[in-house]
Amino acid sequence: MTLTLTDSLLLEAHQLRCERGERLLFESLSFRIASGQLLQIEGANGSGKTTLLRTLCGLSPPAEGKITWCNENIQDSSQEYLTQLTYVGHHPGIKLDLTALENLRFAQDMSRSTVTDPALLHALERIGLFGFEYVPCRHLSAGQRRRVALARLLVADTRLWILDEPFTAIDRAGTQMLTQLLTQHLHNKGLVVLTSHQPIELTDGDITRLVLH
Amino acid sequence: MYSALFSLLKRDLMLAFRHRSELMNPLIFFLIVVSLFPMGLNPQSQVLPMMGAAVIWVAALLAAMLSLDNMFRSDFDDGTLEQIVLSPWPLPAMVLMKVLAHWLVSGIPLVLLSPLLGVMFNLPAESIGALVLTLLIGTPVLSLIGAIGVALTVGLRRGGVLLSLLVLPLYIPILIFGAGSVWDASLGASINGPLLFMGAILVLTLTLAPFAIASAVRISLE
Repeated sequence: MTLTLTDSLLLEAHQLRCERGERLLFESLSFRIASGQLLQIEGANGSGKTTLLRTLCGLSPPAEGKITWCNENIQDSSQEYLTQLTYVGHHPGIKLDLTALENLRFAQDMSRSTVTDPALLHALERIGLFGFEYVPCRHLSAGQRRRVALARLLVADTRLWILDEPFTAIDRAGTQMLTQLLTQHLHNKGLVVLTSHQPIELTDGDITRLVLH
Repeated sequence: MYSALFSLLKRDLMLAFRHRSELMNPLIFFLIVVSLFPMGLNPQSQVLPMMGAAVIWVAALLAAMLSLDNMFRSDFDDGTLEQIVLSPWPLPAMVLMKVLAHWLVSGIPLVLLSPLLGVMFNLPAESIGALVLTLLIGTPVLSLIGAIGVALTVGLRRGGVLLSLLVLPLYIPILIFGAGSVWDASLGASINGPLLFMGAILVLTLTLAPFAIASAVRISLE
């Protein structure tokens, strides 16, 4: 990880209003998170958690309001914003016909970091996929596929992580390892926005909770 | 940036070759549809060389339609398309790589097969040359225009029919020039005019379509 610890970063939502179809999901939603903070979004199924995350990524524009990253609207400075962003969505974004290593390498090529193969193999080993590096993801279990997607976080040198239900399908050891990873990221002045139904116990770090109704 | 583009191209080609059956289906469809015509018509018929160009071109359009749906579908379903959109690289360049991969695995084989089919229709040698040339210029246009339609319909559950309704009318100009110049060539006329027109259409779609595809992908992901 090559995170510079100097500058503090800020993600802000201003008076967001999101709709799905004709239905209003939420309105007048404002929050801000800075370096070293984790925002946990909670809420019932269908309350708009995933929509909010996709809006924060810039995938779907909000009906009203704006999102700023370091005081610049993410729609205007999308390239700088995307360079700093890693999104692990509801769909893991893995190709079932590619091996774990090929998937991870492709994800790396898509982001701006340059990571060598040994580093990728090391990341897969750390995430608990030792021995499965060259297995097509079709033959992996749901939890293992999830781990392939989450392995991106290990090699990314991005500052903002947006994670949709990262703990889904992951076993206890995996949860522990992910929690450690999040703590380390926050310690390195990173920002995390995630949705999760389970409480997150970080040893260190600043957690804010946001409940959608 | 070039490494990201190359990586996307490489990945798409690799996926295509791991799904060899899907790769072959449109090609076999093309072969069968085209070869049904000589069987249905009297082989001695003078009609055969007259309609050869049109049949091969129409079959190429339909084969392109068949293979189009794969271009964004699986990436959309498994979330890879989101990751591509969220990469810091310019999206028009990225989608152009996907179109290039599609053309390499679906367009090029059609071009390579076409002389054989031309012989089946008893086309004169000049016409076969023109057929290969027009398909070589025309198939990238089919992939580019088709990609706009696919990107627009990928979010719909059943976009298949809608896709053909959207895309096939846009294929008409390239069909007219393509099949027309093969016919001209059999009469011994110069085909420079239509070829230049097709080249112009190719340049136009090559420059504008990537932006349209990129916008359509963003709309589909919203």
